[in-house]
Amino acid sequence: MSLLQVKKMSHDFGGLRAVNNYDLTIEPGQVRGLIGPNGAGKTTIFNLITGIFKPTEGDVILNGRKVTGMQPHQIASRGLGRTFQNLQLWRHMTALEHVKMARYSKISYGLIGAFFGTSKRNMEEKENEEKAHNLLKMMGIDHLSDQVVINLPYGDQRRVEMARALAMEPKVLFLDEPTAGMNPEELIQMMDIIRYVHKAFGLAIFLIEHRLKVVMELCEVIQTLDFGHVIAEGTPEEIQNNSKVIDAYLGKELVI
Amino acid sequence: MKTLSTKIRESYSHVPLLGWLFGALVAVILEHFLGDMLADTIGLPKIPVLFGFVIILKKPLLIPSAAAYVSLTYVLPIGVIARMSGSLVNKISSKLFNLSIVITVLVHLALLYAILHLWSDISAYRVLMLKLTLIAIILTLSLNVVNGYMGEFSCSHPGFMALGAYAASTFTVVLFVNDKLFGPAILPAALGPFMFPIALIIGGVTAALGALAIAVPSFRTRGDYLAIISLAFMFIIKSLIENLEVVGGPRGLSSQPDLANLPTVFLWTVGCIWIVNNFVTSTIGKALNAVRDDEMAANCMTVNTKRTKILAFLFAAFWAGVAGGLFAHVLRYVNPGTFSLQKLAEVLAMVYFGGLNSVYGSIVGAVSLSLLGEALRPLEILKWIFIPLLLILVMIYRPTGLIAFKELNVRNLVKPKQTE
Repeated sequence: MSLLQVKKMSHDFGGLRAVNNYDLTIEPGQVRGLIGPNGAGKTTIFNLITGIFKPTEGDVILNGRKVTGMQPHQIASRGLGRTFQNLQLWRHMTALEHVKMARYSKISYGLIGAFFGTSKRNMEEKENEEKAHNLLKMMGIDHLSDQVVINLPYGDQRRVEMARALAMEPKVLFLDEPTAGMNPEELIQMMDIIRYVHKAFGLAIFLIEHRLKVVMELCEVIQTLDFGHVIAEGTPEEIQNNSKVIDAYLGKELVI
Repeated sequence: MKTLSTKIRESYSHVPLLGWLFGALVAVILEHFLGDMLADTIGLPKIPVLFGFVIILKKPLLIPSAAAYVSLTYVLPIGVIARMSGSLVNKISSKLFNLSIVITVLVHLALLYAILHLWSDISAYRVLMLKLTLIAIILTLSLNVVNGYMGEFSCSHPGFMALGAYAASTFTVVLFVNDKLFGPAILPAALGPFMFPIALIIGGVTAALGALAIAVPSFRTRGDYLAIISLAFMFIIKSLIENLEVVGGPRGLSSQPDLANLPTVFLWTVGCIWIVNNFVTSTIGKALNAVRDDEMAANCMTVNTKRTKILAFLFAAFWAGVAGGLFAHVLRYVNPGTFSLQKLAEVLAMVYFGGLNSVYGSIVGAVSLSLLGEALRPLEILKWIFIPLLLILVMIYRPTGLIAFKELNVRNLVKPKQTE
């Protein structure tokens, strides 16, 4: 059974059809890419699947359960983690608090624990803290765990966001332009991180990317989107040689 | 000059909190036994009630005497004892600390209570002021949960306070007082102290139910809308009570039994600080910060944002209700006019002056503005120029308040400070 299935999903913004009849199947452990020119609807697709927008038509099935119309936090706690295109971190919180926060749905001490500081709460908080430290170590930023995130350099902020997404123990991870705004060195580090978490957690990964180098190297299957339609789907080689994709990116060749 | 102040600070850096408390205890004991005599010799009519502020403002000629009194009874003993007892107190403190954190905290609280009790024993005015200050701490802390930790702007706190005050008062008056509104007492007055916590909890729960009424519709929106809805709620509650003849209408409700004595108010305040601090340091409470800073991200990171917001609002309202119940029993009279814009301005000022998102800040804000309000009373109308001016200055130089975004870490607060 596939991990995530999207069936005939469409979405309208007012009169504009932003996404049209979109289909997607992600198998456990698969790395998939979504590319397309600016404004093609890539982030909208992410927002539709993660529950921020409700699709006008179609269904999203996660782990064999229909999650269409659920709240984002419900979908997230069923195993769908994500990062954002323009880093949505909590500006007053430390790196450690970010990662701990993503374990919110795993907390079982309840309000009694929160109000009265029971031993159960202390134990759980400690456990979560250890797990958070491990993730930060994995990202190589454990020494920054007590820093408020807005004081961190951009590359480290990306790592915090990645650690935060991993802390919710997702089965499939959505990465919205994980290398946006990075220099070539940081880019290679980020690609290593993505490869590493893919292996270490056996995660399925679905990523939006503008840099073709990243998609071509990482992904097994790539979808190309243009004006809300999937215009091509296939392996990196197939996509590279697909005339429709070339047209969408570079424009049609004029034959005179 | 700078070297002197750093020198002083250095020489006191090893004094733990316990040392300061010992110093203060000695100071208040001295005042208790020798205060009258000292005031007499220096030429003051009686012991200055508020560190001499009121006297200075009323009769400027007495400034030297008041300054001498304050330095002799407070500054000198506290300074000397804290400095002298440093190593001994550090030893006691580390013994206690190694024993158990709970006992350490209890010892500190007991000392603090003893100090406050002895200090306020001098005059009834001090007792009343102290109680109202403690209540202000509860109120400020609870409003900080919504306005600071969650970053919404709620204006309904006086409304919640009114709900709590009237619910708790009605409960105690019906049970323990022969009242012409509610008939003869049902239970003997001796049971009062045992039923009082129940009365306060009823007050808190009533306020929380009221909060539910605005939380559900208004949390569909954010920002200005909540401010307006909550402001409307405050006025609705006020006019509701004004038109409710059962509880006395605009004339107010009086003859509450005298249950809110100093230990009770102190215990409830400490309990409130403890619970609020526990809450905001837990991951469930930190979710409030996540919702404030980026609600969508919080939602995508498995945080149930709607539940979080409603929970915080009800929690804050509960404590406002408890504060209202205490307030009613301290003054033993409430009328709906009390819970209006003036009260709102007071609480908001305390929150924003003290510091957003901080338990310390709320305590500092509540205590300093309550003290300032009382100390500047002789200035009459000028007081209302001076305090707002101070607020404006704080907003310019520290936009988030005096002590914002600082966690209250009890362990750090009470731990011993060794010199080496």
